[in-house]
Amino acid sequence: MRINKFVIGGILILGAVVFLIWTSTAANAEYFLTIDELNAKGSSIVDKNLRVSGAVIGDSIQYDAPNLTLSFEVAHVPADNAELETEGGLADALHQAVVDPSRARMKVVYVGPKPDLLRNEAQAIMTGHLAADGTFYAEELLLKCPTRYEEAVPQQAGL
Amino acid sequence: MIANFGYGVLFITFLVTLYSVSAAIYGERKHIPAMVESARRAMLLTWPLLTLTAGVLIYLLTHNHYEVQFVYEVTSRSMPTYLKVTAWWGGQAGSLLFWSWLMSAFASLVTLRKWDRDREFLPWVIVVACVTMAFFIGINVFFENPFAQLYQTGAGIAAHTFKPANGILFTPQDGRGLNPLLRHPGMIIHPPMLYLGFVSFVIPFAFAFAALITGRTDDRWIRLTRRWALWAWLFLSFGLVLGSRWAYDVLGWGGFWGWDPVEIAALMPWLTGTAFLHSVMIQEKRGMLKHWNMLLVILTYDLVIFGTFLTRSGILSSVHAFAQSAIGPFFFGFIGLTFMASVALLIYRWDSLKSETEMTSLLSREALFLLNNLLFMSILVVCFWGVIFPLISELFTGQKVTVGPPFYERATAPLFASLMLLMGVAPLSAWGHSTIKTLGRAIWKPIIGAVAITAVLFVTYTQRVGALLGFFLIALVILVTIYEYLRGAYARQRSQDENIFTALWSLTERNRRRYGGYIIHISMMLMAIGILGIESFQVETQGRIGVGESLNLSNYTVTYRELASWDDEPKGVNYTRAVVDIYRNGIYLGELHPRRDYYYDSQQAMTIPGERATLRDDLYVLLIDWEPASTTGATFKVFVNPLVNWLWLGSFIFLAGIIIAAWPEEEMERVAVPVRRTIPQTSAAD
Repeated sequence: MRINKFVIGGILILGAVVFLIWTSTAANAEYFLTIDELNAKGSSIVDKNLRVSGAVIGDSIQYDAPNLTLSFEVAHVPADNAELETEGGLADALHQAVVDPSRARMKVVYVGPKPDLLRNEAQAIMTGHLAADGTFYAEELLLKCPTRYEEAVPQQAGL
Repeated sequence: MIANFGYGVLFITFLVTLYSVSAAIYGERKHIPAMVESARRAMLLTWPLLTLTAGVLIYLLTHNHYEVQFVYEVTSRSMPTYLKVTAWWGGQAGSLLFWSWLMSAFASLVTLRKWDRDREFLPWVIVVACVTMAFFIGINVFFENPFAQLYQTGAGIAAHTFKPANGILFTPQDGRGLNPLLRHPGMIIHPPMLYLGFVSFVIPFAFAFAALITGRTDDRWIRLTRRWALWAWLFLSFGLVLGSRWAYDVLGWGGFWGWDPVEIAALMPWLTGTAFLHSVMIQEKRGMLKHWNMLLVILTYDLVIFGTFLTRSGILSSVHAFAQSAIGPFFFGFIGLTFMASVALLIYRWDSLKSETEMTSLLSREALFLLNNLLFMSILVVCFWGVIFPLISELFTGQKVTVGPPFYERATAPLFASLMLLMGVAPLSAWGHSTIKTLGRAIWKPIIGAVAITAVLFVTYTQRVGALLGFFLIALVILVTIYEYLRGAYARQRSQDENIFTALWSLTERNRRRYGGYIIHISMMLMAIGILGIESFQVETQGRIGVGESLNLSNYTVTYRELASWDDEPKGVNYTRAVVDIYRNGIYLGELHPRRDYYYDSQQAMTIPGERATLRDDLYVLLIDWEPASTTGATFKVFVNPLVNWLWLGSFIFLAGIIIAAWPEEEMERVAVPVRRTIPQTSAAD
């Protein structure tokens, strides 16, 4: 009897936690896709929660400051670490993605302050959804500039 | 040349740690005390050696030795000297060295104590400390050499540890400079604090491991390390708070916690550490949960390593991520190995860790402590699930699926709320046996108080159910804690014939851990007020306004007055600063200066908010954009973050509480105290 009440309590807590995790995961899952994968899926993923990573094309950045509307294009970068390595690491992969015109690109719209790290060849990780016209509406925008942190070869050294 | 010297010293340190491990094991197995002593001395040598290594690195950093890759990456000529020094932990290689350096300092401290009663622990404490150090120094030596230099060869320029054939040393004119986001006081102190927390949790683990392997599995290891654990917890907690404050001040998104994988990585050892601090009390007082404590300390240790690993592996995308590197598999291997070895030992010693008493009552103090532990572990599981979910889903479905902040908020909110309820109830329950009746008798007054406070808030502040529930729990915990405190003081006042203030003081003095703990509970609740405020009531607006025009939000009016832009040549920074006038309900409050700093060396801008902080709310104004030519129009984003300053206020009280709890005191043997009838807290007092 004594053991039972502790066991039952434990099972109840365990059940509650599993329930919490399960429902929260189901409600908030975001599909992490590359731009190529996004294009391959086509209209089946319109309006789903997505998380997409791409290389920022510097020339395409437009900021409508009065309305805080930011738009820019991103080019496909592979998501796989091993694939990134074959392209010479993240910084080089981003560079190639931007200079290669044959890469798939995607237009992104984001409303909010223009992030300090948004620049050419930064890696953008965007959370949001894809509209039917192929524009990605980002609710959250995360930027990484690998060159800002560390990189094997200094840029000016190649000259 | 100097760089090579630094690398040489680092390599020697690596060998010394390996020697120390082997000598300790050999000396212990063969019963040669001299060997163990030699291992101890070798370990004491690591701190001076690493200090020398660090000195060399700091010399290189402060003397513009840009031929060293690490120096090139994290410093530049325009940086002030103190920033060049703190750039030591601004990049991957340096921060790993910093980790090892702190670890060696703590390891030395712990071996300098008197060991008479605990000599059999010594070799194994040395083994754990030195294996951990060897691992981190080894990463520096073989993968992330902070002293690697740039050489020009036929294939271009690359960093090498040793001069390659036909290589010519290449010295860039200037370095790239530390990321401006990291040039902030919060960022200068935040990593060392976090690392101190990480590193000092290694010590309790070392003793736990020693206890398991020697079979001396009584409470001794806990008594020896509980103060270490408290200090570790202090540093870790403070590191987390500082990181939040930095994010709030610098990242300019109006928040302080984003459920980023790296934040979670630092939170996870905090969760197990907090659970550990609570459950050791059960072991000390009731001789229960011994397996559990071992498991918690093992988990904490490996979560510390995992946390360090997550920041560095590039395995998860995060704002904190350093560049990707090859060290991931080694971290995984090390974590797997230490975890399996410790758990195997735990299973081997399972029987000797049997509980001395049995848990009988669901409402007893120990049962509630156990529940507290389960809740902390549940939050840990939620966090861990969220962090590894992308990897799991990719493994099973081939599709990477991530979960964001809403997942964590939704899954942890009920758990945090339950923890708060428990914080309100548990201090009033008795060890051994409690019933609804005894508990109810103790708690009805605080409950009435909390209901009254909630009712007042309902009328005057908010009608939102979630927020009201939060405020009710906060009020309950604070009232229960104060009530419990005063009850103790009155009892003492009567029995010792002291006045109430003396009674309060001596009560705390004699029972530091308990009353320090209560102060920590109250501080946590103050922090909870801030979190609840910003989570529930944050409002924002944005817009482009001309000079003299205003933005309105809540009761605030923000009026744009002027904008100026200038260069600071020696620092290599351009400042653009707006001046805005602030009114609340039409009353002039002063001006704020939101600004944008642009760093030429790293070509990066940084948005610094203008903040007006009161306990009621925080007005947070960001300068987003402006027209450079005319400076007539500028775009601002304005947040009103209600109650958020209670978070920072709470963190100071938290600091006070933990210092009270952790301050060294004479180790007292337990004295039997006559148990007063029906007053639970006297029987609970130690």
